[in-house]
Amino acid sequence: MFYREAGQFKTSYAEYLQALPLREDKVGIAIWLLLAVFYVPFFGLPGLEYTFAMNAIMIPVLIFTITALGLNILVGYTGQISLGTGAFMGVGAYACYKLTTYFPDVNIILIILASGFVSAAVGALFGLPSLRIKGFYLVVATLAAQFFLEWCFIRVEWLYNYNPSGAIEVPQREVFGIVVTGAAASPATRYLVVLGILIFLTIIAGNLVRGRIGRSWMMIRDMDIAAELIGVRPLRAKLSAFAVSSYYCGVSGALMVFLWLGAAEVESFDVNHSFLYLFMVIFGGLGSITGSYMGAAFIWTFPILLKELGKRVFDIDSIIMENVSLVAIGMLIVFILIKEPHGLARLWQLGKQKLRIWPFAH
Amino acid sequence: MDGLIYSILGDPFVQMWQMPDFFIQVIWEGFVSGILYALIALGFVLIFKASGIFNFAQGIMVVFSGLTLVGLHALGVPAFVALLMTIVVMYGLAFGIERLVLRNLVNQPDIILFMATIGLTNILIGGGQWIFGSETKSMITTELLIPTGSSVWEPGGGLVIFQHIDIAAAVIAALLIVSLALFFSKTKVGRALRAVADDHQASLSVGISLNQIWVITWFAAGIVALVAGIMWGARSDVSFSLQIIALKALPVLVLGGFTSVPGAIVGGLIIGVGEKLFEIYWGPLLGSGVEGWFAYVIALVFLLFRPQGLFGEKIIERV
Repeated sequence: MFYREAGQFKTSYAEYLQALPLREDKVGIAIWLLLAVFYVPFFGLPGLEYTFAMNAIMIPVLIFTITALGLNILVGYTGQISLGTGAFMGVGAYACYKLTTYFPDVNIILIILASGFVSAAVGALFGLPSLRIKGFYLVVATLAAQFFLEWCFIRVEWLYNYNPSGAIEVPQREVFGIVVTGAAASPATRYLVVLGILIFLTIIAGNLVRGRIGRSWMMIRDMDIAAELIGVRPLRAKLSAFAVSSYYCGVSGALMVFLWLGAAEVESFDVNHSFLYLFMVIFGGLGSITGSYMGAAFIWTFPILLKELGKRVFDIDSIIMENVSLVAIGMLIVFILIKEPHGLARLWQLGKQKLRIWPFAH
Repeated sequence: MDGLIYSILGDPFVQMWQMPDFFIQVIWEGFVSGILYALIALGFVLIFKASGIFNFAQGIMVVFSGLTLVGLHALGVPAFVALLMTIVVMYGLAFGIERLVLRNLVNQPDIILFMATIGLTNILIGGGQWIFGSETKSMITTELLIPTGSSVWEPGGGLVIFQHIDIAAAVIAALLIVSLALFFSKTKVGRALRAVADDHQASLSVGISLNQIWVITWFAAGIVALVAGIMWGARSDVSFSLQIIALKALPVLVLGGFTSVPGAIVGGLIIGVGEKLFEIYWGPLLGSGVEGWFAYVIALVFLLFRPQGLFGEKIIERV
């Protein structure tokens, strides 16, 4: 009734090929965007305190959505499992820190976007073994990247400007007179910057996976030998997937440190975080852009909400709730793998399908 | 430049030659940690062979079994009764995993099963911390009659110390491996396990129950995990950080081959000894802490030249 394509006729080829062919989808996304741009920065989330809603939920969720998008390109679209996400984010963060140290006057947003390229180069380098190995063997290769890079973040003192604490502290940077990074930046500014970058990167990712290169990734995922036979070059497809994925991870790592944490040590990039990002991708749905949004939002907010619930309603200690939420997430992962291996995105799609044929059953 | 080449190719060997007792000590330390890596890798191999599942939860199973043992003993249960009860708990775990997780995921792609074991890891970490608390605990070494002293060997004026715990670890690991080998080759269940490892459908057709076999393999992996947990706990402590160290079983597997039991053992020893030698003799060139990634980088180099590992079956792809 509210969601069906009846009566919407396409009169040109270009109309068929647009990203959102249905009018309802366009309206829906426009509503989300209007809410995100005009409501959230001023009022936060309904029912939550403003700074908590911004700093603990909205900003990290948007940043992790970028990570999930990047990881989804690698795991969901190209079928290469990676456990090095945390380290690739770290590469982006440290690269951003070094770049802004050397070029303090350059627009920080450009620097954040540029630091992704450093991460992309490192990612492509560690993606090289994927040309000879696949599946679980690749997990070992990406773990090598994870632990080696973590070690570099500790041992190479040049990376954190020989700071005796071993941490990187974000300097204050302004863009057109507005403070964007550092302690003086307002949550609304940081939120809007992250949102802008996320929208930009989503559009690029959506078009990449729709286009020629995205199709070659999916062919490699579905059957690499067949893909090779019909002319997809594995070298180009796999390495480009690693590079694009690591670019997204690098940008999100830089954003995480510069616009959210404000300071970071190597613990922010450890292997446990890599698992967390993998959960987001599995939970949201492998090979889905919408799924990356849903997975990041769910996996990040679920433990927070559970903790709040435990504290307010049942008066349970927050340490216990942390363990409860670990168990709950583990169970949810197993449950969703059994019931719906394609994640939340698939459920969303089924729901839309139901709406289209409503009130009929078939 | 000459100085650099000397410090890489010359100096470490000169040190080894000049202080042979220290060299032997380093080898011994590496050997013992290699045995523990091998034990963890063995658990992986058992499950991978029987069901093709890459069990990511093996590391946390080591921690979980150790914690269960210590936790039961802290409740006042005598040590050996606690050991038996832990074995029962590991059986219950294997049974539960098979019934609730694996049975529902039959015929799914490998990546889905792998991710299910990551979910399982989360459940075991959260559950373990919930029940037993997240602080480190010391293993009940003396109660389990594991010797704790040390012997000193003085070859030509040098000094090499052998902890009795380490010797016990080596002996117990050897016994475990021998008994597993006997179990696999001599018993009916062991033969069924090998049949399943070889071909699922063929073994189904001769009347082997896959579900039963999976419970048994997960149980066997649980027992191996328990032994690894006890030995590792006796050397350091029982804590959740062990889970990260247990990831080192992955490079061991790459080196030895995913489906080979002897490969897991040889790979474990190579990684254990290799990383200790590298840390002690070449580590100072790079700054300490190289132990954290050395194993993975070795595995990475290995993957590029011999992806099937030392003893693995050659990977053949048919279309």
